[in-house]
Amino acid sequence: MVRRTNDSISVSTSRILMDKLMSILVYAAVGLASAALILILAETLIQGLPILKLSFLLDAPVPVGFSGGGIGPDIEGTLIMVGIASLISVPIGVGAGIFFSEWPESKLSSLSSFSNDVLAEFPSMVIGIFVYTIIVLTTGRFSAFAGSVALSIIMIPVVARTTEESLKIVPKTLREASMALGVSRWKTVVRVVMSTGKRGLITGILLALARAAGETAPLILTAGYSTAFLNGLFNQTGSLPYLIYYYAISPYSSWHAIAWGAALILIAIMFVMNVSVKLAFASKFEETRAEI
Amino acid sequence: MRRRKKKDGLVMGELAIQEQSDIDISLASQQGEVLSDSSASVSQRRRGHKIVTIDLKAQFGRVQVLRGINLEIKERSITAIMGPSGCGKTTFIRCLNRLHELTPGASVTGRVILDGEDIYSPKVNPVLVRRKIGMVFQKPNPFPTMSVYDNVAAGLKLNGVRDKAKLDEAVERSLKLAFLWDEVKDDLKKSGAALSGGQQQRLCIARALAVEPEVILMDEPCSALDPTATAKIEEAIFELKKDYTIVIVTHNMQQAARVADYTAFFYLGELIEYGNTEQIFENPKNELTERYITGKFG
Amino acid sequence: MKAFSKARLTKTEVRTWNASANADSLMKVLVAVAAFTVIAILTAIAFELYLNSLPSISKFGISFIWGTTWDVSTEMFGALPFIFGTFVTSLLALLIGLPISLGVAIFLSEKVKSRRMVTRSIGTLVELLAAVPSVIYGLWGLFFLSPLLRRYVETPLHDYLGFVPLFAGTPFGLDFFTAGVLLAIMIIPTVSAISRDVLNAVPNSQREAMYSLGATHWEVIWKAVLPYARSGIFGATILGLARAVGETMAVTMVIGNEPKITASLFSGGYTLAAVIANQFTEATGQLYISSLIEIGLVLFFMALAINTFARLLIWKMKRGMNIRV
Repeated sequence: MVRRTNDSISVSTSRILMDKLMSILVYAAVGLASAALILILAETLIQGLPILKLSFLLDAPVPVGFSGGGIGPDIEGTLIMVGIASLISVPIGVGAGIFFSEWPESKLSSLSSFSNDVLAEFPSMVIGIFVYTIIVLTTGRFSAFAGSVALSIIMIPVVARTTEESLKIVPKTLREASMALGVSRWKTVVRVVMSTGKRGLITGILLALARAAGETAPLILTAGYSTAFLNGLFNQTGSLPYLIYYYAISPYSSWHAIAWGAALILIAIMFVMNVSVKLAFASKFEETRAEI
Repeated sequence: MRRRKKKDGLVMGELAIQEQSDIDISLASQQGEVLSDSSASVSQRRRGHKIVTIDLKAQFGRVQVLRGINLEIKERSITAIMGPSGCGKTTFIRCLNRLHELTPGASVTGRVILDGEDIYSPKVNPVLVRRKIGMVFQKPNPFPTMSVYDNVAAGLKLNGVRDKAKLDEAVERSLKLAFLWDEVKDDLKKSGAALSGGQQQRLCIARALAVEPEVILMDEPCSALDPTATAKIEEAIFELKKDYTIVIVTHNMQQAARVADYTAFFYLGELIEYGNTEQIFENPKNELTERYITGKFG
Repeated sequence: MKAFSKARLTKTEVRTWNASANADSLMKVLVAVAAFTVIAILTAIAFELYLNSLPSISKFGISFIWGTTWDVSTEMFGALPFIFGTFVTSLLALLIGLPISLGVAIFLSEKVKSRRMVTRSIGTLVELLAAVPSVIYGLWGLFFLSPLLRRYVETPLHDYLGFVPLFAGTPFGLDFFTAGVLLAIMIIPTVSAISRDVLNAVPNSQREAMYSLGATHWEVIWKAVLPYARSGIFGATILGLARAVGETMAVTMVIGNEPKITASLFSGGYTLAAVIANQFTEATGQLYISSLIEIGLVLFFMALAINTFARLLIWKMKRGMNIRV
């Protein structure tokens, strides 16, 4: 016969209080994290909005003390460097991603996949030094080209990882069915990438673009800075992030205002890219759920 | 040494205060119970019914899983819930300890009367309900980061039991009840995940027993085990009914026939037939039940 | 085997078979080259850094690591102040960022699972923190966070606890403390996203086992969920550390940029990445430049070590979960 100490069956007050307290702390953590984002957004809007005009986006900067001027060359520099960086990084990244997902057991794959992980979380400053030593030192000058190479090294791991992931989501049966019909592996992969994996791939490239467009550190050592519009790929160029840095640490409040304006533009680009990626993924998620 | 003593003293003091307040609370709830005791629950007690469900309905989102179950579960007996996959038998016992409602999108309506008190009444703390009703799951789920000893002691520690001797005694008693003591008594410090599947499941039974529940729910406890391990678990279950009210969900008709005193047959979220196990198996009243136990479907 | 299967095919079939086999092997070679490129880049980075820091390595040897002087005029270069600054700011970032990230992760995976809209929008909000470029963190840190912290946190701490060495010095706002807080905000998206995934991977049966013993919601999280996920959370923390160590722009803009080793959090400091960003373009002389590149090499090995460790942990946990599930 089991004797039961039934009088102890109750939830002690301290346990209930602890439960409540911890809930409050969890909500507080979420509140703090969200508050940080909201404060950053609000400050950028408040400081950046007054300066926004069409001419701000198109004109070249003017020296301190003159009124007007804009961030045209920097927008141009960012667009060109990110564009060239994607031309370099997308083929390599997609290729590597296909290799990771199709031949996951090979030694090369595991080593490369590990290198990819390391590279993805790598201090971008170090990548800047690397490109400085191999390109800037060789050509003797900072250039848009060197900046593009540095950004492409930052983009490759992101593209490779998302390619791998979007290929892995594709059910094995679908792939086997295609192979069993006598379709070659090459065509199977291309077909799979083009149909089912396409959205994942585009997402990955978009995320990589966003990442590259926001990078500053490697550009300091590669693209340098210029206040003029681009004059050939092998010349220095401005970029949005570098402009923000350069103007923010300057002592002139008129330059600070320009930095905030540029920050608003940059943050808007980032959010549009990230949110559209999110939405694409969310709707995909709903679809797969509906199918089940 | 001295400091330690002082600390112990403090803890004891706290415990004493806590116990006092606990008693107050339980007294108050007893009074409440007496006041709210309807004639129905009095007669329920007299007839020895531990749990009574009244029009119990459960949903996952828009899917109705239970369609109004009325069932009376006898004290100190083994009741088997049987039926084909998807008949709601697992959901049913998960409603008995308010576990179902924790699943996102799940909801419950109706009443479950445990000892004369509706466990779904807003005044009732679900934590308390689960403390009184232990559960053993389909797959063994010991806490992998805890030792065998700590797994069994986990529930007691939650309730503030810190006394080593008390814990030792409870661990040994529970492991013996679960027929596991002899196999693990020499390595109680071993990780709970390092045991074999059958041992893990008995560890989970011991873990549920350690907090001295009144009811034990078992959700196909042997479905992931081999026949030898199953036999050991069944032996343990049979012993337990002397002190506990046991509700066991099973897919396996032989198991129901072997261990259960009463058997309920569920089909598509409804209770089709309920009665003595012998009667259900030898002389089913409902055609569906008969077809199921003769293996015509399911 | 090949010859045998070919023998049964017609000539045109053989041709297409050959063509597709060739395309297959070509494709394999191409993607293997791409995969190899990734390894090549990483190796080349290590090699180039080493090569270009040789002048500094041969001049200072291993003592570069613990040299405390960074003097351009006498060309004496030691990395310890930067290693110290990196260590202090990263540690501070973890101390502040980890509890918040864990709270967010618990909220997303344990708290309001049923209310999908809430979870999803909070999740997006926190993820958007990762989308903010680090230079904008720097800008915000410089003009918003730094004055705010100086006025409402540093000055009161200094006034009341100034006798503690940590809070000594003059609160100026551009110091270790501000850099640490800013880094904490920056690692929240990383740490909370990985921790959330790890917590989501904890089998529900673990939660239910704890619930069925009569545990409160908090006890379920604290005693069943977090212990089960501990190595994964540790891995997430290490990845957050990697991010903090490698972060450049934001820290450069708020840390004050003084190569100092001091107990005070309210003193200006410097980090490995910041000194490269700040001094490289103005550096003259081979030894100066090569010392800065050697700083990069130190950063390389730190990042490599931290990343390897984190990957191992997460990999180990995933494997462990496969066994148990």
